[in-house]
Parts: sequence; structure tokens; C-alpha cells
Amino acid sequence: MELNQYETVFILTPVLSDEQMKDAVEKFRNVLKKNEVEFVGDENWGLKKLAYPILHKNTGFFHLFEFKANPTVIAALELEFRRDEKVLRFMTVKLDKHSIEFNARRRNGEFNKKSEDKKEGTAA
Amino acid sequence: MTLVNEPINRTQRIKKYCRFRKSGIKYVDYKDANFLLRFLNEQGKILPRRITGNSVKFQKKVAVAVKRARQLALLPYVTDSLK
Repeated sequence: MELNQYETVFILTPVLSDEQMKDAVEKFRNVLKKNEVEFVGDENWGLKKLAYPILHKNTGFFHLFEFKANPTVIAALELEFRRDEKVLRFMTVKLDKHSIEFNARRRNGEFNKKSEDKKEGTAA
Repeated sequence: MTLVNEPINRTQRIKKYCRFRKSGIKYVDYKDANFLLRFLNEQGKILPRRITGNSVKFQKKVAVAVKRARQLALLPYVTDSLK
């Protein structure tokens, strides 16, 4: 089966200590590694304020995985997310060609903070 | 009796354009919350096309991106003072 490119963002509960956070992220990375997934990108947004409380928590630890995988791997990954109660919320998105190209540009820093609005924003 | 020389004060309506087509953006990223804020009003609701001037294709992409951002708590579903 040909590989699609996916992007997963998940939020961990802020109650964890640092190394608990790390090995939670590691756990999900191993789940992916087990099913021979090719990692493309990995971002750690750290602790961010949530726009609305989830499970009575107002901040969350965001993490982003970007990888190429077979469609069957996603079910296993999401099962793992559902089982783990440290994860407040997760979202997996399949990337089309525009978003793949956009993420590639974003990763090599084309949209740094300053020019973020110019490139992304209005051309008016 | 036609209003021949009656000055019809038609306000000069600026031609709206789709900013995505103009600036060549192809993908609306749901992770970029402060860019999506431009398409929300104060209560956090998605602005209609006639206000933002987007084309149908990109208004749909923006709507999908906003809904995903809301799911990930990057954007609020409803709030009183967003800006």
C-alpha cells in the first residue's frame, strides 16, 4: 500500500512532570516506529494556554508528529491515544499536496515570525 | 419622470478580491491561529464571504481550518472579546 503523509497533533495534560511528558511522547513515537513509519517532522510547542478548558484544565502540552505511513497504522496510533488518559485531545490529518509543500516550506523556516504575516497574510 | 440629473450617491464600492488567489496561498494552515483570527468576528464566529471577500474554495478551506483549530483548543468556540 502506498504511503500517505499524515500530521498528528496531540495535547498532553499539564499535570505531568518533565520526564513524564518526554516518555509519553516517546511512547507514541515508539508506537509509530514499530509499524515502520518514516518520520518527516517533529515539533514541540510546549505548554500553551487552551482557548477553553478541556477536562477542567486550562493549559496543555502540545506536540506535533509528521510522518509517512500506511493507512492501517493510523488506527493503531489512535487506539493508543484513546487508551492513554494523559492525552487530552488528539487529531490526525491526512496531508494533500498543497499542505505537504506548505509544511516543507514551514519546516525550513520560510515563515519565521516576522515574515509570517507577509507570506501568510493579506497581500493588500 | 426619470431622475435624469439627480445625483445618485452610489458610494464607490471597492472591488472585493480573494486574498488567497491574489497572494498565491494554496493551503490554509489550521495550526496558525493568529492568521485565522482575521476571519473571525469578536465572538469568534466565522465571518461570511461577503465580508471577507474570499472565493468559495478558500472560504471552505478557512472554515475547515477554523473548525480544526477549535477542536484543538487553539481557537475558542465562542468568546466575548476575541481581539
